[in-house]
Amino acid sequence: MSNATSAMTALEFDLRPERRRLWGTIFLWVCFAATALAVVMLAVLLIDILRQGAARVSMDFLNSYPSRFPERAGIKSALFGTMWTVGFTGLISFPLGVGAAIYLEEYAPRNWLTRVIETNIANLAGVPSIVYGVLGLAVFVRAMGLGRSVLAGAATLALLVLPVVIISSQEAIRAVPPSIRQAGLGIGATQWQTLQHLVLPIAFPGILTGMILALSRAIGETAPLIMIGALTFIAFTPSSPMDEFTVLPIQIFNWAARPQAGFHEIAAAGIIVLLIALLTMNALAIVLRNRLQKDL
Amino acid sequence: MTDTIAASRSLPGHGLALSKTRRLKERGIRGILFVCGLVSILTTAGIVIVLVWESIGFFRDVSPWEFLTGTKWTPLFKPQNFGVLPLVAGSLLVAIGASLIALPIGLASAIYLAEYAPRRTRKVLKPILEILAGIPTVVYGYFALTFITPLIRVVFPDTGIFNAASAAIVVGIMIVPMVASLSEDAIYAVPRQLREASYGLGATKYETVTRVVVPAALSGIVASFILAISRAIGETMAVTLAAGATPKLTLNPLESIQTMTAYIVQVSLGDTPFGTIEYKTIFAVGLLLFSITLAMNIFSRMILRRFREVYE
Repeated sequence: MSNATSAMTALEFDLRPERRRLWGTIFLWVCFAATALAVVMLAVLLIDILRQGAARVSMDFLNSYPSRFPERAGIKSALFGTMWTVGFTGLISFPLGVGAAIYLEEYAPRNWLTRVIETNIANLAGVPSIVYGVLGLAVFVRAMGLGRSVLAGAATLALLVLPVVIISSQEAIRAVPPSIRQAGLGIGATQWQTLQHLVLPIAFPGILTGMILALSRAIGETAPLIMIGALTFIAFTPSSPMDEFTVLPIQIFNWAARPQAGFHEIAAAGIIVLLIALLTMNALAIVLRNRLQKDL
Repeated sequence: MTDTIAASRSLPGHGLALSKTRRLKERGIRGILFVCGLVSILTTAGIVIVLVWESIGFFRDVSPWEFLTGTKWTPLFKPQNFGVLPLVAGSLLVAIGASLIALPIGLASAIYLAEYAPRRTRKVLKPILEILAGIPTVVYGYFALTFITPLIRVVFPDTGIFNAASAAIVVGIMIVPMVASLSEDAIYAVPRQLREASYGLGATKYETVTRVVVPAALSGIVASFILAISRAIGETMAVTLAAGATPKLTLNPLESIQTMTAYIVQVSLGDTPFGTIEYKTIFAVGLLLFSITLAMNIFSRMILRRFREVYE
């Protein structure tokens, strides 16, 4: 018996402990190097973009319309287009997403339909963004006749970020302790009164965090908006949701795709503006998340 | 006591039952919320209907057999050829290249974060990975074009401005955070008792991690791999910028190729008239892309469900 065990050990393990520890050290360093590589990549990317574009970021750049001459071109129309589009995306996706999350967490019976809805949301989260663009093109631009408008773009992006909004709102609502609901129902409040006055206020910071993260995804989306025909050369800012528009990522794409170095510089400058907007939104989300953790 | 109850019952609207308007309101709200829940189903239905409907129009002119097995893709100029294989091959070339980079790096990072990293290091590294995951894909495309491609051309001077390798590398970088964070969750979920049992048998940390923890988390790790590959296939802007627009059946990553996603972008950037066969190609290619990624997503969840090791 003891012979058999030692034979097995010999098969599985090197009997010299220092060898085994050496493998452990090597493995640790390989894993560490892989993680460090990801960090280095981020640093290289940021430095590369700053080096090429930092000199071009200026008030003039924010305040000028696109131009054939890179030294005169700016991102005014793209910046306003992005704000309009993301704003409307929020207005559409917030009520739909939070409503769906409340239904799934608080009302939905455990039946096949609920299961279908939940599986479906998980599947939608994995659909490539360009497919949403095809949907937006056929339904919003053509069938509903919205044209290449801010509204068509925002509706497309709203469907794209909906799974993110629903899933994060569900988590926020689920995190509210059941005792709160029992207290509400116990003093005779209806289910909606309990939700409206007790559950949702507590879940709100969490819902808002998810919403900001969803919109920070929308702000960087390019492909679906190219599909619905958001144009690159737009020399005006939108004044209604039915106006044509362009957005920052599309402007960046257009400049990056040109061979001239001058356009690459302003593409990098546009990226810097985009990343600053993104990091601000993420920082906001983190602050909200920390606030929430302190309160509960 | 009984008197007061009787009295309150007789007062209108003060009984235990809800008033009629309140009941209606409750039911109305429930109905509205249910409709919100249905929007996700409608979205999926919309995607399927649009893709299938427009593709049927396309397949009236081009046989599905020709589409799926043809090796030439030239719908935008004469003579027109509608063989989608070069686009599929382009997508696969990028996805495989990206996986070669992202799967090992992502898994190793996940192991480091879950098993080795001190808590403070972890607190710094996790947000950095989140930032990497949140960077817009067009930014990665720019990075590929202005940084990675020139670097490749230093090593292989014959490489074109547009090449599959650059796209594959940048898509690889892009999906590392996804592999790392999903695999880390899977590794984290392995119960402590398993590790302790392994230590108790005299195994070192390395032996415990590679022979006990990782195998126990394997279903989650494989699921994260599949999701990441599906993401690489659906990636659009970075490959459009970096890989070029030359549909080609090739295994050489230094050549310009075209992916399914980049083709769809190319058509919608041009001025192809609505309703023509050229225009309808984007729906046929879109349907193929949607089917491939959907199948991979479903497969990934099946693996999670079917092969998960359940510990109490």
